[in-house]
Amino acid sequence: MKTKYDPTDWISHMTRIRDAQDQAAFAELFQYFAPRVKAFLMRSGADATLAEECTQEVMATLWQKAHLFDASRASVATWVFTIARNRKIDALRKQRRPEPEDLVWGPEEEPDQADILSLQQESEQLGRAIAALPEKQRDLIEKAYFGDLSHSEIAEQTGLPLGTIKSRIRLALDRLRHAMK
Amino acid sequence: MHNVKHHLTDSLLMAYSAGTLPEAFNLIVAAHISMCDECRARAASFDSVGGALLEDTDMVDMEDGSFAETMRLITSGALAPIPAPICTAARGSVLPAPVRDYVGGDLEKVKWQSIGMGVKQSILPTSKDASIRLLYIPAGTAVPDHGHRGMELTLVLQGAFVDETDRFGPGDIEIADEELNHTPIADIGEDCICLAATDAPLRFNKLIPRIAQPFFRI
Repeated sequence: MKTKYDPTDWISHMTRIRDAQDQAAFAELFQYFAPRVKAFLMRSGADATLAEECTQEVMATLWQKAHLFDASRASVATWVFTIARNRKIDALRKQRRPEPEDLVWGPEEEPDQADILSLQQESEQLGRAIAALPEKQRDLIEKAYFGDLSHSEIAEQTGLPLGTIKSRIRLALDRLRHAMK
Repeated sequence: MHNVKHHLTDSLLMAYSAGTLPEAFNLIVAAHISMCDECRARAASFDSVGGALLEDTDMVDMEDGSFAETMRLITSGALAPIPAPICTAARGSVLPAPVRDYVGGDLEKVKWQSIGMGVKQSILPTSKDASIRLLYIPAGTAVPDHGHRGMELTLVLQGAFVDETDRFGPGDIEIADEELNHTPIADIGEDCICLAATDAPLRFNKLIPRIAQPFFRI
């Protein structure tokens, strides 16, 4: 059963973890995301024991890095995905994962509420668009993300409708750059 | 931010987001994104695809006591501390933060090795499925005409180079495949520093560089 939930509510869970080390909020996030992360890691080649161990580390990292989550640039699901993906490279592929330079809000500035709302709406729309893709195309995208395709096998035209969400993120980055000056 | 004209491809960004690239390619993608907000936003949108797939995936039950175990992990202090964010732009560094990580500092820490005609290189340690090196090309110097067996990505960090296809300045990335035989020439204005990653050894079309090739590991 896939439970419906309100993605903006996950953001308030993150805020409660960040500001009050709220274990009840964390428990709810854990219940929803941990079984998904475990499934992702197992589909990427981990056995059940390794996947269980890595998932616990992924969820612990989510708690530890709660202050770095920026809701104007990612949904909570996307953020959990990036942590799980990094853990996968580290634990399964035994490689380092070089990350771009961090861009973070300073202590006095926060992302704009309107930016947060529109990014979350775009994320939901993207989820619906992916779910509605023809089976063959969706299958290819899943293969790319679960590690069954190399970069040269990924088609240059993915057919994914990423223009709008990219523009939203770009706008949020521009505001952040401005605030960093 | 740099005025970047040559960007990453969708297939590279998707593979970076999926986490399936060789380490050397991950590094050059991370370096380009550090210099290019457009590709940073594109990479983040590919991460959103990963987020959407994660939500829609099947679930596998966690073990009993898993949550308590995770809380123990958090409170025990066993997790590696988060490194403080580095903003190299503010420090006026030539090397973007992910490259500085591999070098152990900025340009002054690079261990250059001469490969002739004033050109120098420094191979960075990554996994063996691809390789990456810094290149130092004196202003106005040509890198020998060469083709590629696999894919070669070249990111300009300082100065510029010109080849048969276009001019590439700071932040620009050239994506060369087997079809491209080119002779990059460093712009006359300033010595050029590039980061170059490849998943196969380069092949040079002139005799001497070809003999030198196994020796210099390029």
